[in-house]
Amino acid sequence: MTSLPALPTPKKLGLVIDLDVCVGCHACVVSCKEWNTGGYGSALSDQQPYGADVSGAWLNRIHTFEIMPESGEVVGEAGEARIVHFPKSCLHCEEAPCVTVCPTGASYKRLDDGIVLVDEEKCIGCGLCAWACPYGAREMDLAAGVMKKCTLCIDRIYNETLEEVDRVPACVRTCPSNARHFGDLADPDSDVSRMVAVRGGIDLMPEQGTRPVNKYLPPRPRKPLAAGTSSLPKAENTDDAKGFLAWLDGMLDRI
Amino acid sequence: MLSGSRVELSRPVSDEIRKTTCYMCACRCGIDVHLKDGKIRYIEGNRDHPVNRGVLCAKGSAGIMQHYAPARLKAPMLRTGPRGSGEFREISWDEALSLATDWLGDVRRTDPRKLAFFTGRDQSQSLTGYWAQQFGTPNYAAHGGFCSVNMAAAGIMTLGGAFWEFGSPDWDRTKLFILFGVAEDHDSNPIKIGISKVKQRGARFVSVNPVRTGYSAIADNWIGIRPGTDGLLILALVHELLKARKIDVDYIVRYSNASWLVIDAPGSADHGLFARDGEGRPQIHETVTGLIVPHGTRGARPALSGRFTLPDGRFAIPSFQLLAEEYLDPKYAPETVAAETGVPAETIRGLAAEIARVAFEQVIEVPQPWTDMNGERHDSFIGRPVSFHAMRGISAHSNGFQTARALHMLQVLIGAVDCPGAFRFEPPYPKPVDEHPKPHGRAEHFGSSQPLSGPHLGFPRGPEDLLVDEEGRPTRIDKAFSWEAPIAAHGLMHMVIANAHAGDPYPVDVLFLYMANMAWNSSMNTAGVIRMLEDKELETGEYRIPKIIYSDAYYSEMVAYADLVLPDTTYLERYDCISLLDRPITEPDAVQDAIRWPVVEPDRDVRAFQSVLLDLGARLRLPGFADHLGKPLYRDYADYIVRHERRPGIGPLAGFRGSEGEKTGRGAANPDQLRRYIENGSFFSAHIPPEAQFMKHANRAYQDFAVRMGFFDTPQPVIFQLYSEILQKFWLSAEGVREPVAPEAHRERILKAFTPLPSWYRPLEEDGIDRAAFPYHAITQRPMAMYHSWGSMNAWLRQIHTSNPLYVPGVICDEVGLQDGDWAWVISHHGRIKVQIARSDAVNRDTMWTWNAIGKRGGTWGLDPGAPEARKGFLVNHLIHELLPPKGDGMRWSNSDPVTGQAAWYDLRVRIEKAEPGEASEPRFPSIANDAEAPNELRYGQEWSQ
Repeated sequence: MTSLPALPTPKKLGLVIDLDVCVGCHACVVSCKEWNTGGYGSALSDQQPYGADVSGAWLNRIHTFEIMPESGEVVGEAGEARIVHFPKSCLHCEEAPCVTVCPTGASYKRLDDGIVLVDEEKCIGCGLCAWACPYGAREMDLAAGVMKKCTLCIDRIYNETLEEVDRVPACVRTCPSNARHFGDLADPDSDVSRMVAVRGGIDLMPEQGTRPVNKYLPPRPRKPLAAGTSSLPKAENTDDAKGFLAWLDGMLDRI
Repeated sequence: MLSGSRVELSRPVSDEIRKTTCYMCACRCGIDVHLKDGKIRYIEGNRDHPVNRGVLCAKGSAGIMQHYAPARLKAPMLRTGPRGSGEFREISWDEALSLATDWLGDVRRTDPRKLAFFTGRDQSQSLTGYWAQQFGTPNYAAHGGFCSVNMAAAGIMTLGGAFWEFGSPDWDRTKLFILFGVAEDHDSNPIKIGISKVKQRGARFVSVNPVRTGYSAIADNWIGIRPGTDGLLILALVHELLKARKIDVDYIVRYSNASWLVIDAPGSADHGLFARDGEGRPQIHETVTGLIVPHGTRGARPALSGRFTLPDGRFAIPSFQLLAEEYLDPKYAPETVAAETGVPAETIRGLAAEIARVAFEQVIEVPQPWTDMNGERHDSFIGRPVSFHAMRGISAHSNGFQTARALHMLQVLIGAVDCPGAFRFEPPYPKPVDEHPKPHGRAEHFGSSQPLSGPHLGFPRGPEDLLVDEEGRPTRIDKAFSWEAPIAAHGLMHMVIANAHAGDPYPVDVLFLYMANMAWNSSMNTAGVIRMLEDKELETGEYRIPKIIYSDAYYSEMVAYADLVLPDTTYLERYDCISLLDRPITEPDAVQDAIRWPVVEPDRDVRAFQSVLLDLGARLRLPGFADHLGKPLYRDYADYIVRHERRPGIGPLAGFRGSEGEKTGRGAANPDQLRRYIENGSFFSAHIPPEAQFMKHANRAYQDFAVRMGFFDTPQPVIFQLYSEILQKFWLSAEGVREPVAPEAHRERILKAFTPLPSWYRPLEEDGIDRAAFPYHAITQRPMAMYHSWGSMNAWLRQIHTSNPLYVPGVICDEVGLQDGDWAWVISHHGRIKVQIARSDAVNRDTMWTWNAIGKRGGTWGLDPGAPEARKGFLVNHLIHELLPPKGDGMRWSNSDPVTGQAAWYDLRVRIEKAEPGEASEPRFPSIANDAEAPNELRYGQEWSQ
């Protein structure tokens, strides 16, 4: 068994994911794979990459759900099915069950920034951590036999060979719809913390008691095109073009 | 726990960054290609690039796997087995090019029509078109006819510019953005960046689309319209806005042809045409003096209604009166159209009200003085911040041209074209129709061993410009610009194989294709097209289409049907120019173009297609490609990009011209130009002066800028054509009152489709079949992580979309007794397919859909024949015929828009029946032999692991 940091980490680095603007394009998914397959730890392998039973290790995946809001849940949307694109990667939980379950100390949570990592040299590929993670955020690399997970691109965010603006996770840098944000969620004044406060950011499955650092911003309320609030005035004599053309003459006089 | 010490945090990413332009789709983003140890370590978006500003989509990030895909072709190949067998032998480039030169040279000498040269993935049309013109065949086009010609033609004929690459919503200012169906794999980063800006600013985003995926999933309002009825919805919006008097009268008087007088003389040859003076200038009725004067007369106050007597005694009416009378008709009332469109009347009213509210109560102003073409000074640009964008969703219907016209009319009526917050033109657009060439390809335009006398593609101004013979028969193999598709501005690539096989209008000898998967997902009636490619003449045993030359970078289905295969490079191994002469990357505020360059060298015996085309041009001694001694004029495509001049001082690239690279737009060729581009991140950007940034159609400063840049030689302002005289000319021909008179068989179609004001009619397939027997629609959507068929050979992208279910609305599932995962037969008037279904309610209740081009033929694309793409994946193409169902007269028309010839992919009507459980979709095709060596496992980048 492995211990979590005894005290809250001074920083809680993580992601804030805006479900209001995520279009499910998978840009983050592929950029993550591309960065990390040549970066931290062993490559992210693919089995039967051109074959009948293709699979691979990914650190970030998008799940697409179709939901039917019930009456009253979302104004103007009741009974109208909608699609939600839901990107999911490690949430770098404060009470990370994947760490405490690890028999070798390979899984650990960093003291200073709270990032949960796997030390691949210690990992024996037993899979207990994936079993313990309620989010399914860890994936076994079948070629290396070690557990892979989101590192928050630790080899980017502190990388002094990169320009400062690029010291963010690959998924954040690449997201075309600006749905992914990175920062310190322990700092109430950080952009990400403010975003969470303003938009009512939520924990994923809070009942699990994992206290995830990553937050999700729910879709903004939608504004119905309700006929009841129509502002379109009804002009007089609208039966045919005559009334319209008379109005038009009046307009032309004013130009 | 330790922190930091276990991980190396500051490892350099790469040895070198090379900046080029992505080509994982048509978006053309700037990319930084990181190279390490001679391999590609990482590809990310170029932060300085104006298209993507640093971001990159899934496709772009998967470029590594595209570049190293086992499906890449390795060397020229000559077919040895029967077509479709996949049996080839590798040959040298010299042998390949000699053979191609023999085949093409024979054709050029004997009958240049016998070459049909069509390009699919084509961002080098200014080269391919030029080559075809110098060769002299009338049979050339790119793939626009099966893509979005409706959008392009309607936009140019109405506004002088179109959506797509020639315009853009004003993402930073718009307050209401209305999106009709677009392919979500195209132009995808700008649209995603833009939609996100709109939403994060609190502006409203409305999506009109039968399917609620992708962009529609995050729309504030989703209008799940029934396919093919968008035009009716738009005209209902126009009806409501006219009724509520929510139109911009000043704008339409100034910038449209609303005031132009239309001759009212039914039965005569110029009924419905504009009244013109001796100089051809359209006339208006001046209300102060009561005189008929030319449009543009200074100080004139034109009438928009009334019936006036022309100098010759005939009557004429301002076109706007005809418009108002048409759209105020109750047939366009929301209640009337609700059932047909599937959109409730209150939603239509609500949308009209929102358009009116934002356009007229949320006006924005950019405090920049400007001068219009009449010399009038304006203190500022007034913005009506309602913007629209649309593409294939409305374009790929047989009523798509008029639907796109309707949408552009709506934009003009509310004064929301190229003003702040609205749709904005991107240079070199706007460009009036009269600045576009007329099509060339009639008998007098070509002949043995001589160039075509002008460009193939363009805009007929009337039936007199059609490419037909004296009997009215088509002169082009695809029947473009014939009575069957008069304004086929992009050709009809989807008809080429069927027509060539039928010898209608004549057979061809050589079919030369570039990156167009016509033996699979790019053809309607795929199984039929395969049979046509395999079909032989009984007497000679020769193939009906005798010789097929095909160039592609990957082992697509079409490769297996080629006789001679010319292997292209990947996008990272080549020079390209994204040119203002073609499909540029300009933006509303800046003139831009870009290049690609070989950031890695090919490791196979492949050559860039454009360089090969130059080589063939020289071997054939085509003018413009070889000198009089036969010596090639250009070393390769890079040399052509730098030195070719289309007009003096105007070449493929606008940046860094002149001997010192100091000139923009016009200037002498600069031998150092490509280096300058590379140093600049492989793009060039020149800002449009602030005074010239809006109202470009009527803005003096912009017009002067356009002349300086070389877009035009004189100013070319545009008057928006709400009423189309060109269409009316065809209509009169179909009435039989104007020469040339339309052949009898074509008249009914033309009278229906060529209305001078935008109109809506039911899509032709739906109109021609028993609607009760085929009660539903079946359409495709483009997944954002794939681009056409070009993603399945990519080890990463194919894991995102490995196969494609058919998504069926819950109400249909319940009616038919289908559950998630069941198999079903989907049946059209033409064929049936067996597919696996998934239940969905986020879709129009009459519409089923699937992802486009995921289904593959076994053995292609470097995939195992048992790959899910080939086993469960499927195409709806098998249900779509290239011809419409026969009508009473026995004639079968092309399944296309009768105006433009645009392939009507989305007109498909089907029924669905439960099938026995299965393992594989149907129809099945034999696998193609392919010796591509694919690894069982990939550990890309393992050598760099820490």
